[in-house]
Amino acid sequence: MTLTIANLSAGYGRTNVLQDVTVTDIPPGAFVGLIGPNAAGKSTLFKTIAGLITPSKGAITIAGEDVTCLGRKDRAKRVAYMPQAYGCNALLSVFESVLLALKQTTGWRVNDDNLDRVSDTLHALGLSHLANRGVADLSGGQAQMVAVAQTIVRAPDVILLDEPTSALDLHHQLSILTSIRNEMDRKKPVVMAALHDLNLAAKFCDRLVLLRDGAILADGKPEHILALPQIEETYRVLTDLERTQRNVLYVDARLAHIHPRGEAIVRQ
Amino acid sequence: MTLNVDPVALRHDYVARVARRYGVIAAVFGLLCLSFLLDITTGPGGYSLSTIAEVLFDPMSHGARLKVIVWDYRLPVAVTAVLVGALLAVAGAQMQTILNNPLAEPFTLGVSAAASFGASLAIVLGISVIPAVGPLLVTVNAFVFALFTCGFILLATRIKGVGSETMILFGIAIFFTFSALLALMQYMASEDQIARIVFWMMGSLSRASWEKIGLGTILLCFAIPFSLYRTWPMTALRMGETTAQSMGVDVGRLRVEMLICISLLAATAVSFVGTVGFVGLVGPHIARMLVGEDQRYFVPLSALVGALVLSLTSLISKTITPGIIYPIGIITSLIGVPIFISIILSSRRERLQ
Ligand SMILES: Nc1ncnc2c1ncn2[C@@H]1O[C@H](COP(=O)(O)OP(=O)(O)OP(=O)(O)O)[C@@H](O)[C@H]1O
Ligand SMILES: [Mg+2]
Repeated sequence: MTLTIANLSAGYGRTNVLQDVTVTDIPPGAFVGLIGPNAAGKSTLFKTIAGLITPSKGAITIAGEDVTCLGRKDRAKRVAYMPQAYGCNALLSVFESVLLALKQTTGWRVNDDNLDRVSDTLHALGLSHLANRGVADLSGGQAQMVAVAQTIVRAPDVILLDEPTSALDLHHQLSILTSIRNEMDRKKPVVMAALHDLNLAAKFCDRLVLLRDGAILADGKPEHILALPQIEETYRVLTDLERTQRNVLYVDARLAHIHPRGEAIVRQ
Repeated sequence: MTLNVDPVALRHDYVARVARRYGVIAAVFGLLCLSFLLDITTGPGGYSLSTIAEVLFDPMSHGARLKVIVWDYRLPVAVTAVLVGALLAVAGAQMQTILNNPLAEPFTLGVSAAASFGASLAIVLGISVIPAVGPLLVTVNAFVFALFTCGFILLATRIKGVGSETMILFGIAIFFTFSALLALMQYMASEDQIARIVFWMMGSLSRASWEKIGLGTILLCFAIPFSLYRTWPMTALRMGETTAQSMGVDVGRLRVEMLICISLLAATAVSFVGTVGFVGLVGPHIARMLVGEDQRYFVPLSALVGALVLSLTSLISKTITPGIIYPIGIITSLIGVPIFISIILSSRRERLQ
């Protein structure tokens, strides 16, 4: 179902963070990368879409229906949000923690379908070997992948992943995003992920939205966005003098040869 | 390295784990029944279990004297121990969850200090906050003051938001306020009144009565199903506040609901038997070690463990020195704490079953 964010302004208390954010018509099955420097407002945008923050202005519509007035639980049925901070010290197994995420919006009783969905999600993300481990005993990266599992198990219309790969090694970054893409092909949710790694964003996203200082600077296909001067300016990776070294930078990061579409980045 | 297990095997593991948990719950229930029976058979007179059992089923079978001993004295005490243990442990389990703090207990928010002050007010000045309660003066006063603290914290959270730190800080403030007021009462009291206040605060099961038991049972019959109804959001709260919110839990509302539930339970327990610390801490703790924190098993098992602990305490308080019944508040701390520490030390690390 199509997600549209229109003229959204939101913040914390009296400080406004998001200013008139508009992202129109994200179709079902689209993977949108939200990029931008620290404190750009990425997490704030996600929290606002998920309903943790009430916007001061603007609308969020899913399939034409305004969801800003929905209650906490109804909202969670439509939108699943993985917070940037995750992990906990609860005495629960990984399986239970994922089941728990699913049970918030399904009935009280645990039925076979619930158990199947949890098992399948863990399996799809390659986490089934962790199922019986305690959530408090996981490594940082494992905990992050479990948080992703907790989000996608709910199979909502919109999935928001706040830096889902920040704690992962290269292999797991690619494998988790690939698994997410595979899941998307089956269920067709809108997925938005905040990513700091532009290479990953280029490889996996259908569309990139560049956010800075709470406002949208650019929105479009990855190959267009990443070629914009604003990217350089925003990330301050290269000055004009260093422009020629750009290829070297990405090749040095040794990502270019790993993903086939890498040339989208090293071009120019 | 990462061998991916078959989804069917995952389901199997989970179902087996659930079955194991029911096993643990049944085992603790069995122990509780045993302890309860021992509790009613123990005491001066040395009647055998079969005699007591016959009196239980047919009150007049062994004469009026034994009927009074069993029905009016031993049974209310034994039942109260079980009931109050369960009340305190459920309240403790919920308190630890909503405050996200394993050291929280039913009295963390100053409930016991307020109740003690209420009781002392009745003992020293004979002032009742609710008129015409007669012999229940002390109990009712303790109850009302315990509830009052809850109301105050609820009001405070309206202004300041329902964060766990805010709640704990208010609890500490309330604790000190009522402790000071209690000291003031003691300063004004006569020697005899001081003795009564101290005795009240030490906790005793001898104030048991069937009316109180009835009231406590009703409360428990409301509290446990209510916690079970809220089991999924409560478990989610253990994943952290933001994660719980992102899963669709209205954290603020949940905290307020649970706080009301906890204060009713704690206020009832404290007004029945005085201050009995430790049970509300140890019940949930042992339950957590046994079944983890899925609240569907954690809350009922906390209740059972709390009941077991207080029932054993009642038993011990009678058997240390025959003929003397020590205040349970003293026993729980003096004997319970070393046992508790040894449990913690022996299970080196909290493990999932
Ligand atoms: N709870 C809060 N209260 C007040 N201000 C906040 C709060 N959280 C974030 N902010 C402010 O809002 C702005 C945007 O923060 P946000 O967390 O959305 O950034 P971000 O794009 O997610 O950054 P990062 O990449 O570091 O995660 C920042 O200036 C931050 O200081
Ligand atoms: Mg962020």
